[in-house]
Amino acid sequence: MSAHSKTMNSLSMLKSHLHAACAAAALLLAAGSAVQAADLNALIWCDHADPALLQPFEEANGVKVNVKEFEGTGAGLAIVEQSQPGDWDVMVIDSIDVPRGVEKGLFEPLPEDKLPLADLFAQVKMDGSTMVGGKRYGITEKFGYNTIGYNKTKVDPADMQSMAALTGDKYKGKVAIYDYYLPVIGMAALAIGKKTADLTEADLPALKDELLKMKANAKLVGEVTASQTALATGEVDILVGGGEWVTAGLAKENPALDFSIPKEGAVLWSQSLAMFKDSRNKDMALKFIQYIMSPEGQARLATSSCYWGMPANTKAALTDDQKKVLRFDEQPGFLTRAQAYPAPNADLDKKMQDMWTEMLQAK
Amino acid sequence: MSSAGNNPLPRAGHTLPRASSALPWALVTPALGWTLLFFVLPFIAMGFSSLTAHEGGGFTLSNYSQFFTNPSYWQAMVNSLEVTAIVTVVSVLLAYPFAWILAEQVPERWQRLALMLAVLPFWTSYVVRSYSWLLVLAQNGVVNRALTGSGLISEPVHLANTRFATITGFVHFFVMLLTLTIFANLKQLSPSYRKAAADLGAGPVRTFLHVVLPLTLPGIMVGAFLTFVLCIGDYITPQILGGNNELLMPQLVMMQIGRRGDFPLASALSIILMAVVTIAYLACARWLKIERA
Repeated sequence: MSAHSKTMNSLSMLKSHLHAACAAAALLLAAGSAVQAADLNALIWCDHADPALLQPFEEANGVKVNVKEFEGTGAGLAIVEQSQPGDWDVMVIDSIDVPRGVEKGLFEPLPEDKLPLADLFAQVKMDGSTMVGGKRYGITEKFGYNTIGYNKTKVDPADMQSMAALTGDKYKGKVAIYDYYLPVIGMAALAIGKKTADLTEADLPALKDELLKMKANAKLVGEVTASQTALATGEVDILVGGGEWVTAGLAKENPALDFSIPKEGAVLWSQSLAMFKDSRNKDMALKFIQYIMSPEGQARLATSSCYWGMPANTKAALTDDQKKVLRFDEQPGFLTRAQAYPAPNADLDKKMQDMWTEMLQAK
Repeated sequence: MSSAGNNPLPRAGHTLPRASSALPWALVTPALGWTLLFFVLPFIAMGFSSLTAHEGGGFTLSNYSQFFTNPSYWQAMVNSLEVTAIVTVVSVLLAYPFAWILAEQVPERWQRLALMLAVLPFWTSYVVRSYSWLLVLAQNGVVNRALTGSGLISEPVHLANTRFATITGFVHFFVMLLTLTIFANLKQLSPSYRKAAADLGAGPVRTFLHVVLPLTLPGIMVGAFLTFVLCIGDYITPQILGGNNELLMPQLVMMQIGRRGDFPLASALSIILMAVVTIAYLACARWLKIERA
């Protein structure tokens, strides 16, 4: 055995002892508040925490849905790793990250014949991500666009039909950038004429130049709440990476907010539902997924108080007003021009995040 | 049976040393257990995590080397130190006169109320307070409206989502903290020091500079160190008020976790941050000679 292996082994042993000690301590502390096996335990994004979405399911099935919100796949998977097998039943996850959960052996294949797959917008099924080895592990429940969100009373809507407006001088200081590197790097790729699916390390210098030009025009780079607030309060007039998820929910209070799909295209975001392999309540987990994918569940999810987004199901029971705000009827055209989230491998992902860090630090 | 044999005192006296040696341990055991469980164990786990490769596991030093070779990471530390230094100095400069007025000028019966008013902002949530500052400093916020309304400026100034906003949010919080520590120090100062200085012919300014200030320096340094520690490790204020126009160390740490779940790198960056705090502590401890046997 080499010295390196020995080091690794002793390191692993010590780590496992430490993990065991930490887990024992955590168990002691969590004993009183452990998730209940009889309930449905869901790892979710904030849009699923809306009582208007959960209550009808709870009442119809006589079950309590315990939810835990997280942001970012890494943080979500870390929660799972720190939990006991069987603690969680379902998870909301970026569609492009479904394979990460499958690689870790977390997810259960979903029965396609019990899900309304035929009713989904064809472009958002994303079988390349939601299916692994011929089995479906995720089903797209909601989607939208990372594109240009803007206040149409403050900017010329015609300018918003081209990404050149984001780097030109006309709106300098009136721009905010959504602080999530993958979609905005995707937008930078579209701006320089690259396909998001074909990005490689060789594209990083050109992408960095584009990001730095955007940063030079930006007043802030903000996460969901900060960027939404900045656009809503008039601090900025344009949000790079914005879309219906920012403007639709605020439409009643601020009808001046809108989004465009510029001529270069937009980045399609999509979130999926997955079931845990170790779930102790698989029947109820499947019922929950079926409910979320039903026309009623889809309408409630699409108009959740946390953020709005397009329902994946074309038969979502939205009102005419809701459809208008979401620009439901324009989706076929939008989807044709939209490109998928960049889905880099681990190495390129790290390099992209470092490039994003460099952009944030640029003066 | 001798009278001595009936007297319980010698026996009690005989058992006392054993009881007294066990009692201190019994008293400190909960605190030791707490520290072990919630500081030492997690810290060791974090240390090992920082030496593990994110992809594939195994021993690596690359999580530490990245900090020194990636200028953006290094810049985050520089930004953190600059912001923390400014916040600490400005907070001390504002808090000292405030504490002095409270301790020396406000009548004793009003001091309790004045102190309560001073710490009133502590009663609101830290996050809410930060968002409130964002609204105050925004383009259409109170400050810009007042400045444009008074004719001092014609166009709103860019205040929110800047380093200035981050520093303002921090100073607002830490001035209160420092005021409390300095006030306590000033109140402990015996009036006889000032009387003695006056007897020896020193005026008020000289008495303050040569007697009061040096004697309250430990209070200032304790407050300044607390400010340094809390400020350099704070994520919320720069995240809400800074507009991500530059990254500070806590933001860089959090960034590694969100999507990629790179806990090893996040651990390494946290340990580097902790090393800086330790150096600051050692510097303060040596300067003030507060190590006590």
